[in-house]
Amino acid sequence: MKEITKDVVVIGGGSAGMAAAGEVVGKGHSVVLLEREEILGGILNQCIHNGFGLHRFKEELTGPEYAERYARIIEESQVEYYTGTTVSEIDSREDGKTVFAFSSEHGMLRINCRAVVLAMGCRERNRGNIGTPGTRPAGVYTAGLAQRLVNMEGLMPGSKCVIVGSGDIGLIMARRMSWAGAEVKGVVEIQPYPAGLTRNIVQCLNDFDIPLHLSHVVSKIYGKDRVEGVDITPLKNGMEVTEETFHVECDTLLLSVGLVPENEIARNTGIKINPETNGPLVDSNLMTSVEGIFACGNVLHVHDLVDYVSEESQRCGEFVSTYLKAGDREQQYSMVSGSNLKYVIPNRFSSGRDNHFYMRSLIVRNHAELVFSLDGNEVKRKKIRHIQPSEMISFTLKKEELADFNLDEQSRLEVSLIG
Amino acid sequence: MSNLFDVAVIGAGVTGAAIARKLSSYNLKTVLLEKECDVSFGVSKANSGIIHGGFHHDSSMLKSRLEARGNLMYDQLKEELHFPFKRCGILVAAFSTDEMRTVEKLYNNGLENKSIGIELCNHERMLNLEPKLNTDVTGGLFAPGGGIIEPYRFVFSLVESARKNGVELLTEFKVTGSRSNDESYTVESADGRQIEARWIVNAAGLYCDEISRIFDAEEYEIKPRKGEEFLLDRNASAHTDKVIFPAPSKHSKGMLVIPTAEGTTMVGPTAQMVDNKESSSTSKENFQTIFASARRLIPQVSERDIITSFTGSRPTLAGDDFYIEPSKRIPRFIHVAGIQSPGLTAAPAIAEYVKDLLKTEGLQLAEKADYDPCIEKVPRFRNLSKEELAELVEENPAYGELVCRCENVTEAEIVAAIRKDHITLDGIKFYTRAMMGRCQGGFCTHKIMKIICRETGLSMDEITKRGGGSWLVHKEVGDYPLRSRNLDGERQQP
Repeated sequence: MKEITKDVVVIGGGSAGMAAAGEVVGKGHSVVLLEREEILGGILNQCIHNGFGLHRFKEELTGPEYAERYARIIEESQVEYYTGTTVSEIDSREDGKTVFAFSSEHGMLRINCRAVVLAMGCRERNRGNIGTPGTRPAGVYTAGLAQRLVNMEGLMPGSKCVIVGSGDIGLIMARRMSWAGAEVKGVVEIQPYPAGLTRNIVQCLNDFDIPLHLSHVVSKIYGKDRVEGVDITPLKNGMEVTEETFHVECDTLLLSVGLVPENEIARNTGIKINPETNGPLVDSNLMTSVEGIFACGNVLHVHDLVDYVSEESQRCGEFVSTYLKAGDREQQYSMVSGSNLKYVIPNRFSSGRDNHFYMRSLIVRNHAELVFSLDGNEVKRKKIRHIQPSEMISFTLKKEELADFNLDEQSRLEVSLIG
Repeated sequence: MSNLFDVAVIGAGVTGAAIARKLSSYNLKTVLLEKECDVSFGVSKANSGIIHGGFHHDSSMLKSRLEARGNLMYDQLKEELHFPFKRCGILVAAFSTDEMRTVEKLYNNGLENKSIGIELCNHERMLNLEPKLNTDVTGGLFAPGGGIIEPYRFVFSLVESARKNGVELLTEFKVTGSRSNDESYTVESADGRQIEARWIVNAAGLYCDEISRIFDAEEYEIKPRKGEEFLLDRNASAHTDKVIFPAPSKHSKGMLVIPTAEGTTMVGPTAQMVDNKESSSTSKENFQTIFASARRLIPQVSERDIITSFTGSRPTLAGDDFYIEPSKRIPRFIHVAGIQSPGLTAAPAIAEYVKDLLKTEGLQLAEKADYDPCIEKVPRFRNLSKEELAELVEENPAYGELVCRCENVTEAEIVAAIRKDHITLDGIKFYTRAMMGRCQGGFCTHKIMKIICRETGLSMDEITKRGGGSWLVHKEVGDYPLRSRNLDGERQQP
């Protein structure tokens, strides 16, 4: 058993955890970073395609290159990090916190600290979550697992595949499987529009002549031992048009049907979860409902780009530092999502500084407007050229923009999308 | 001759496994034959895992008598075999006076079968026993002796115990032929292997009829009645303390809400006669039926909590009772057929019953002096306190290596499964629960495959999900002709 005492424990050594830990240590606090895999970097390590870092570093990097930049910062810093280490429990008390973790090298680690940052990332939704009928053969993989097998283990999950979901991972895997010699027979998307970035539709599907079936579902899986084929059915007005069902032979079905924050530790610690995001509810400092426990990155809500994860997590690191230093806490007020928004994060705002919000739309629209109103009075209005659920909206409300308004404890800032 | 056995038990489901273990306590040479690559891969892997409370049928039925007897044997079995089992109690909820009348009939069955502590409940008592019940409940029945079990873990333990006491297990032994002389039967498998046995116990589940035909014994037909179930996340708010039944219909015990022995929630099953014994397909219609029925019992049941669904088939016979009798056509052959619900509950009692039949028919039974009913207990990360774990990791560092993050399964437990011959992904899943949680193996499948390779010497493309043609990876990247971007061909416009 190993006993450690530090200011902060960061759980997760992916893009979020590394950015948060780097920021906290830079502000002069002591930090332990815990990562369950053998190397830092998280899911970036298997994303060997490029397109990362355009916002953050103004250049195009691969996933491992992006991870490497942050890993180097951690390695060269005073952050004490442990890989191959899994957290089992957070004991949160008034006078501090204890994080329990296990690894084969150190046995049980018992880490006493003042603040914890949750940065465990997310997991993939799977067949059970989308309820695809049919048999239960081998050969149904989530796209991320297939990506791991191909890119890191050098193994081919199959030779003829159909991909469900046009999210970015699905699209990237369509190209990856094609490059590796497999035949990708099509991508099936339930929505009438693609879920992934336009650049990925062009580069991953069109360039390989892979058909994209919009408004279609995989309605049945065939095969006893291994996948032998699937039925694909078009949708009209949300209903399956069964008579237009067609069959495609394949030995592999890859699922790219969304991501969900991994919040089991948060739940077990008694942290309140936002049912819209499946991540914790957080205040304007990204602190959860349990004092001293913060959350950032995909464990909070699923981001489109790693650049945003880093940005949010660095900000989280600043908040943690302020929390550790400051005695009195600033006043916070309620922040809610209004028309046409799936969610807004954070769920509180501060009046004394700029507030940065992340939002996701429920609608697809050109020329929409983002409207902030405080207790019914409009505060800010911004035109947006195009919105869709797959693209996160990021917006900073400046301190001065709230300066003319009177705030009391009941004050509520609402943000809406007007189509 | 080395492969002359006293008894060959055909089928390593819960019935065959319980019988084999029972026989292993006597000085007999017993072989357990299984067509799949691991045990419990048929009917016994996909069912509700209920230890029934002895009230569904009156005592005129054999299955009812064996159910009542079997139920009482589980506490001792758990002590010996360490499988997950909880006597959590069963509630049957009635929502009308008609349903209440059906429930009263069940209560009388329970009294007749000596179901311990069985009681009738009013509306208030029902809600006190299970606060999550639909408040429209009129009343119902409580059978505190009912419980839940992990059925595959039970079978794995039975087989481990049987093997420890000398039973030989032959997997991928699909019986396709038999010859007999005055003394014994020669049993042939599809791959050409043969064994010889003096006595045959036919515990082949869905295939009892085919085995009977192969041996030229009685003609009968096993009809599969398919059931579909959904597994919900362990955080699901629908998780109850007790198993909740609706008032039963004529053909089925109805669709239930089940708190599984390992903390998840299960809803189902449907009951649908099918022609194909291998049919394992799930459908959208069943999904809607199951959730509507389950929500009538526990309104908190939510589709959002679904992790996965599965189907299983009950092997039914005309008359719906068990058929456990010596053949009248051929000697030294016992049918153990039609073992549908409550077969899991009854299995230990069936084993006793079959042992008695064998004895009556002339098999010499002498108790084995060194019979050991207990197997080693494999520690599970998720069941231990931090202090116990800290100590365990010192002894065996593989307990510090968490492989399955959803169900908290360590490398040590996976290695234990492999050393007990569970070398497919499903075998390891059933033994350890790895890949059974909310991510369904998304994060750990590749790690488990690597451990299998390391421990068994198999190569990646030899690993399967459940044997046969259920391969997982085909070739290594690079074995395929690589394809480049189609820059010359005509592009489709986005």
